[in-house]
Amino acid sequence: MSDQTTNSIAFVADGTIPPSPPPAGETGPIKWLRENLFSNAVNSVLTILALLAIYMILAKTLPWILNGVWTTSSLAECREVLNGKVGACFSVLTERWNQLLYGFKYPVDQYWRPNLALVLLLVAIAPVLFFDLPRKLLAFTAVYPFLAFWLIWGGTILAPIVALLGFAAGAFVFQTYGKSSFAIGFFGAIAAAFAVWLIGGALIPDGASDNAMLQAVPSRDLGGFMLNLMLGVTCVSLSLPLGIALALGRQSDMPLIKWICVVFIEFVRGVPLITLLFVASVMLAYFFPPESTVDLFLRVVIMITMFSAAYIAEVIRGGLAALPKGQYEAADSLGLDYPQAMRLIILPQALKISIPGIVNVAVGLFKDTTLVSVISMFDLVGMIRGPILASTEWNGVYWELLGFAAALFFVVCYGISQYSQWLERRLATDHR
Amino acid sequence: MKKSVFLGAMAFAGLAAGAASAGTLDDVKARGKLNCGVTTGLVGFAAPNANGEWEGFDVAVCRAVAAAVLGDSTAVEFVPTTGKTRFTALASGEIDMLARNTTWTFSRDVDLKFEFVGVNYYDGQGFMVPKDLGVSSAKELDGATVCIQTGTTTELNLADFFRSNNISYEPVPIETNAEAQQQYLAGSCDVYTTDASGLAATRATFDDPSGHAILPEIISKEPLGPLVRHGDHEWGDVVRWTLNAMIAAEELGVTSANISEMSAGTDNPEINRLLGTEGTLGEMLGLSADWAKNAVAANGNYGEVFAKTIGEDTPVGLARGLNAQWTEGGLLYAPPFR
Repeated sequence: MSDQTTNSIAFVADGTIPPSPPPAGETGPIKWLRENLFSNAVNSVLTILALLAIYMILAKTLPWILNGVWTTSSLAECREVLNGKVGACFSVLTERWNQLLYGFKYPVDQYWRPNLALVLLLVAIAPVLFFDLPRKLLAFTAVYPFLAFWLIWGGTILAPIVALLGFAAGAFVFQTYGKSSFAIGFFGAIAAAFAVWLIGGALIPDGASDNAMLQAVPSRDLGGFMLNLMLGVTCVSLSLPLGIALALGRQSDMPLIKWICVVFIEFVRGVPLITLLFVASVMLAYFFPPESTVDLFLRVVIMITMFSAAYIAEVIRGGLAALPKGQYEAADSLGLDYPQAMRLIILPQALKISIPGIVNVAVGLFKDTTLVSVISMFDLVGMIRGPILASTEWNGVYWELLGFAAALFFVVCYGISQYSQWLERRLATDHR
Repeated sequence: MKKSVFLGAMAFAGLAAGAASAGTLDDVKARGKLNCGVTTGLVGFAAPNANGEWEGFDVAVCRAVAAAVLGDSTAVEFVPTTGKTRFTALASGEIDMLARNTTWTFSRDVDLKFEFVGVNYYDGQGFMVPKDLGVSSAKELDGATVCIQTGTTTELNLADFFRSNNISYEPVPIETNAEAQQQYLAGSCDVYTTDASGLAATRATFDDPSGHAILPEIISKEPLGPLVRHGDHEWGDVVRWTLNAMIAAEELGVTSANISEMSAGTDNPEINRLLGTEGTLGEMLGLSADWAKNAVAANGNYGEVFAKTIGEDTPVGLARGLNAQWTEGGLLYAPPFR
């Protein structure tokens, strides 16, 4: 009987049913595909067309890249190896690697110097870019420009030391007298710096560079991507403070300063960069006697810095204009003087607003450094267009060389853009 | 008073500048280096090799002058110039001479105040067509599309040629030689026209050079030569006779292989005068007696340089043509060394 009682109930669940997997069409990649790529007829057609386009591009480029030849010593040899097959001739990159990066005249046994300067640049720039790092690192950043100058150009170590001492003397004078009167401190600092430079310059003996620890390298021997990086880094870091000064000067109540800034900005923005470069390389040669010209690299740096400073000034003026008037009034009501108000209240907010614009100018400036190839300086593009394409071995290789240049520039510019986005997130204090 | 001091200073500066530019030969000797303007890169004519040393047909002229003046063919500072910067570089004194495939024209010689010291390459504008087109003469090009670099004398020459032959063409304006190469290969134009040496160099880079023909017509004169500033005749003579020495050496059979043997003295008095074992030609130029020997020993004579840099065994593959010695039916004719 007991059997009957137990069997009278057909089934008793003694636990929860294990969850079964969702239907195949509602999970994983298939669901994602259905929702995103094939949600309706139009999207399906577009997806298929896009896939077709990607396939057609890859079918052409992949064999070209994968069949690439890396070890030949001329285009003719490369074509022989390929023997009619589709393939890239990357051997131009391996054979001319050093020329692409350093130009063709930098002494080969001294390549470690720009390499070291680049590594140290990363160290020096880190505390500026990432302000969570200890502030003491900024001391190295201050010394870095002089160290880098000595590493790249070589020659006597006294020259950068004198330059550094001049800046130090100027900073000291400004610290001492700048508190009581800004004007005395400012002009006193300039006078002190020039005094140190003149005396120091006279003290450096003639021919000190001849037997220096590092062999002297003239500016004309710089080239390749190194030149682009040097111009880009120098000009961006110089034009940012200059641009801030110009933007503030343009808003100034003092008519002389205001009009100097307005005329400078409007003039420089109204002139193409390439004409400024031509002036730097060609016209200035007429104004100086043949033996005493200003260094070509310096001339180009001055012109590019002027150009980008004018643009950055306008970007920052936009940031200043975007600040509510209440911020200025708040600063005044706190009893802050002009430098304090700018430093503590106005500029931090204005610069934050201007970050995308400043980065835009910086990226554009970095790419514009390739324009120096038209005044016969051998930057990366100048090396490609001039010496490499004009050599009997490599005349006729275009895609590989220009693709390589594009890749190098993309890496740097994409890095700058990613940094600026991180910076914007890091500085976001509102709650949007 | 102040004004006159200022004017005096200006005049003195002008005089000093005049004096500085009057003696290029002395400047070069004092400096120990020749500043020679070259192109930023042209296949066969001037380009740095993988080791960064300049080589090419125009470069050889610079090296020969350096060897003649300083006795050292490596004592040259090559200053790369573009088509836009070359004349200002020379006029401002940044370079001592320009050897940059520059066409000798009236206005450059007279109006721009330069002095062409001779011709080291006789070029001329030519046409290149694909062999499939089946054209064997430029006069059959009626209605053709022509790739042409804008803003050059070649553009004007082309218009003149087609008009005087009463045939029509469709120009495809192109900015650079590199772009022209791609457009021509892509079939955007039937014909590509530029200097014949440039056509040969361009054709040499093609996948299949034999599929393209350079037509026999040469429609312009493009004498290319080294030039110096107007008014410094001593320096102009040095460059002119260095070039002539290279040409004469080929005519007289002096090569880099036999020059040391010949400079010991030969039966030919002209060779002896050239190489400095007879006469005082070097002294007249203000150079050492063995100046021409050094110049020729630097790269070889004109023929050797031609063969090494742009001749038929090189990828550029140019025939001597007009650039043969006058005895071989060309135009090279060095005045006598006497």
